[in-house]
Amino acid sequence: MAETIQLEIVTPERLVVKDTVEDVYIPGATGYLGILPGHAPLISELAVGEITYHVSGQEKKLAVAWGFAEVLPDKVTILAETAERADEIDVARAQAAKLRAEDELKKAGPEGNADAQAALQRATTRLDVAGQKTATH
Amino acid sequence: MANLLDIRRRIRSVRNTRQITKAMQMVSAAKLRRAQERAMAARPYGKMLVNVLKSLVSRSELYDPVTGEARHPLLMRREEKTALVVVVSGEKGLAGAFNANILKAAARFIASKEGKNIDILCLGRKSRDYFRRRYPSGEPGEARKGKIQIIGEHVGLMNRAQFASAKEIAERVVGLYTDGKADSVYFVFNEFKSVIAQRLVVDDILPISKVGEEDIVMTEEATEEERKRRIEAAMHAGVGVRAADTSAIDQAAAGFGTAQVDYIYEDDPGKLFGNLLPRYISVQLFRGMLESEAAEHAARMTAMDSATSNASDMIDSLTLVMNRARQAKITKEIIEIVSGAAAAQ
Repeated sequence: MAETIQLEIVTPERLVVKDTVEDVYIPGATGYLGILPGHAPLISELAVGEITYHVSGQEKKLAVAWGFAEVLPDKVTILAETAERADEIDVARAQAAKLRAEDELKKAGPEGNADAQAALQRATTRLDVAGQKTATH
Repeated sequence: MANLLDIRRRIRSVRNTRQITKAMQMVSAAKLRRAQERAMAARPYGKMLVNVLKSLVSRSELYDPVTGEARHPLLMRREEKTALVVVVSGEKGLAGAFNANILKAAARFIASKEGKNIDILCLGRKSRDYFRRRYPSGEPGEARKGKIQIIGEHVGLMNRAQFASAKEIAERVVGLYTDGKADSVYFVFNEFKSVIAQRLVVDDILPISKVGEEDIVMTEEATEEERKRRIEAAMHAGVGVRAADTSAIDQAAAGFGTAQVDYIYEDDPGKLFGNLLPRYISVQLFRGMLESEAAEHAARMTAMDSATSNASDMIDSLTLVMNRARQAKITKEIIEIVSGAAAAQ
């Protein structure tokens, strides 16, 4: 079995990543999935979260919001609605979005607000991904 | 005979105009190239989404095995009482007949739906301006302002269309459809495959009749003369006329989700399909917006190329008039001198 996987991440606007990687961690709708070379074929919906992968030992992260992944033994293709690398994330905007979502949630009270919840999750993920980048620098 | 000085002034002014139209032509050509690239970049995602949807159709029980009826609301056709028409136009003028054509086609389509309620959603400044003069703005649903009304407008989206805005619009459209406030959704835009291959289409996007296939209900092809003008303009501006080769992209995308293996499905295929369908609509809208944008730049490029060559013709003929006037003046002066000399003898 091959020691590497072809990883492709595609968004409606462009091809974000096309690389040969050692492993991929994707945020499946039912929980994070770790994929190593030779994984069984799988199709999964993605939740809001981080995609992590390693290229020659180096860790890379992306923030994704909703997507769809096809896993084959030697290839992983991810369709994501948005996928941003750490250096592409607008931290100020994410922060603002986070505050706004938290506000909405407070107002919504116990019955909750699904949209705001999702927005909050997206903002937090973005901040997480962006934060890790700055921390390692 | 016209005054020499006046003619010279005219020529200078036309020359300035030519410089401007030439610059606009070049800018449009550059923008067209970029728009084409963006449309290309959007292809794989759309193709892959369609593939997954197609493979899901066979795996999930979307269609009733006995009656063949669709079980997902977005696939079900019902009686058309209210039709939602999404019209994509340009943001700016000076693009030849681009905006006029698309609005004419939209108006004709609306006229063909006579007797039904029509809700219009305008994308682009020109379509908003056009429909606003004709129809009132209202809310979708029961309390209508008229048989034909505008239910929304999005201005400023069409310069560098973003997927996020296409998604937002698609969500609203799908919402209206599932709430029963619209029984069908049509999408009027200028399809753009290449500078020569483009046409106006009315695409019936909801209900979805067949995933991955357009459901064109009306088209309007460009005339032969128009096509010739476009090719000429593209050659002057150094833009490729033919569609870029997409076969490599398409082939790579075609493999997605269709490998001959049994996939493990993390989720229920039916549910997955339901989540994917609305995204399919947003992809279609996005594609339409990108193509319309490319078509707008191509139309402007063509119009400006015509303007430039017209200005050149005008300069030529004015120069001719000017030379003739100058010659006449010289001749007249010579006659005066000669006859003056003759009188003195």
